Amino acid sequence: MVMHRFANPARFLRFAAVALPWFSAAAVLCMAAGLAFGLFVSPADYQQGETVRIMYVHVPSAWMAMFAYTVVAGGSISALVWKHPLGEIVARAAAPIGTGFTLVCLVTGALWGKPMWGAWWVWDARLTSVLVLFFLYLGYMALLGAFDDPVRGGRAASILAIVGLVNVPIIKWSVDWWNTLHQPASVARMDGPAIHSSMLVPLLLMAAGFACYFAAVLLLRVRAEVAARRIRTLRLAAMEAES
Amino acid sequence: MNAFRAILVRDLRLALRQGGDAAAVVLFFVLAASLFPFGVGPEPNLLARVAAGVIWVTALLAVMLGLDRLFLADHEDGSLEGMVASPAPMLVIVLAKCLAQWLLSGLPLVLATPILAIFLQLPAEGLPALLGALLLGTPTLVLVGAIGAALVLGARRGGVLLALLVLPLTVPVLIFGVAAADAAIAGLPARPHLLVLGAMLLAALAAAPFAAAAALRQAVE
Repeated sequence: MVMHRFANPARFLRFAAVALPWFSAAAVLCMAAGLAFGLFVSPADYQQGETVRIMYVHVPSAWMAMFAYTVVAGGSISALVWKHPLGEIVARAAAPIGTGFTLVCLVTGALWGKPMWGAWWVWDARLTSVLVLFFLYLGYMALLGAFDDPVRGGRAASILAIVGLVNVPIIKWSVDWWNTLHQPASVARMDGPAIHSSMLVPLLLMAAGFACYFAAVLLLRVRAEVAARRIRTLRLAAMEAES
Repeated sequence: MNAFRAILVRDLRLALRQGGDAAAVVLFFVLAASLFPFGVGPEPNLLARVAAGVIWVTALLAVMLGLDRLFLADHEDGSLEGMVASPAPMLVIVLAKCLAQWLLSGLPLVLATPILAIFLQLPAEGLPALLGALLLGTPTLVLVGAIGAALVLGARRGGVLLALLVLPLTVPVLIFGVAAADAAIAGLPARPHLLVLGAMLLAALAAAPFAAAAALRQAVE
C-alpha cells in the first residue's frame, strides 16, 4: 500500500515540499500553453463558431469537479476505515477546491448554453446532477462546521461524502441513460476520442493544467491545515504547562 | 427480530401517546399543497398540469419536517446510547425506527393524497400511479433522510442542515415519482417508473441503514 506510507504526516510534508513547486510550475505552463493553443491556434467550430472555445475551460473544470469529489470521498473512506488523520485533512482541503471547479463548470456551462441552446439553464440530467454535486459539496462543508466538536463534524461529514459518492457515476453516465440536451462524452470513449486533434490538444493541456493546479492547491491547503493543528497542539501544551 | 418489534412498538406507542407530531405532518402536507391554487391561480387545466408535482414536492417537504425528530429525542434522553450499547445490531434498530417513522409520517401522507388530488384537479387516471409512486417513494425518503437525521445529531441548527443535506439526494425519487403520475395521465404505462422507484427503495433499504448506523455510532461516542 503505497498510499499508506504517505498517511504519515511528516513524510507527507516532506513529499509536499518537494512536489509543490513542480505542480505549480506545471499548472502555470500547461494552462498558459493550453489557453494560447485554445484561443489562438485551434480553429473555430463550423457550427458553434468561436463559442466552442468555452469548452477548454468548461470540460476540464467538470472533470476536476468530479475528480475532487472522488478525492473528498476517498479521503473520507481512509479516515473512517483506517483512521488516517491525513485522510480527513485531505478531504477537508479538497472540498472547497472542488466546489470552485463545480461553480466554474456551471457558470461556463450557462455562458455556453445561452448562445447554443438559447437558455442559460435547462433541467436536463447532466446539468441537474452537476447541480446536485454542487449542493453536496456545500452540505459537506456546512456539516464540517456545524459542530462544536471538530472531530465529530469531521466524521459526520466523512459519512455524508461517502453517501454522496453515488452521484458521481450518475453525472458520468447521465448523458447515456437519458436523452439530454447536453452532448454525450466525446473524449473518453472506447473507440478513441471523437474530436479532432487541433481541439483535443488544447483540451488535454488545459485538463493537465487544471489537475496540476488542483494538486498544488491541495498540497498547500493540507500543509496549512497540518501547521494549524500543530500550532493548536503547541498552544494547548503551553497552556497546560502554565497551569 | 425481537429488538425490531420492540423498537417498532415502542416508537409507535410513544408517538400515539404524545399525539400531535404525526397529525401535524399531514396537516402541513394538506395546507402547503392547498396554498398552490392561490399561488398559481385556480385555473383547472393549469392545476391539473402541476398537481402531481405539487403533491410530490409537498410530500417530500412534509417527510423532511418529521425527520429531525427521528433520533433527536432518543439522543437527548440517552436511550440512543442504550441502543448502540445493546447486543441488537444497529441496522435492525435503524430499520425499525425508519419503519415506525414511515408508518407515522409517510403512510398518512399517502392516505391524504386523494383529498389533495381533488383539491388540485388531478386527472383521475393519474391517481393510482401517484399513490403507487408515493407508497414506493416515501419509504426511500425516510431511509435516505435517516442518514441525514443521524448525521446532524448534536449539530447547531440541525433542522435546516438536515434539509440541506438530504434534499439534493432525494431528487431522483421526485423525478421518477412525478414521471409515473404524468405517464399515467398521458395514457402511457407508469410501470417502468414504478419499477425504478422500487429499485431505489431496495437500494436504500440495503445501503442507507449502514450509513445511518455508522453516523449514530459517531454521534454517541
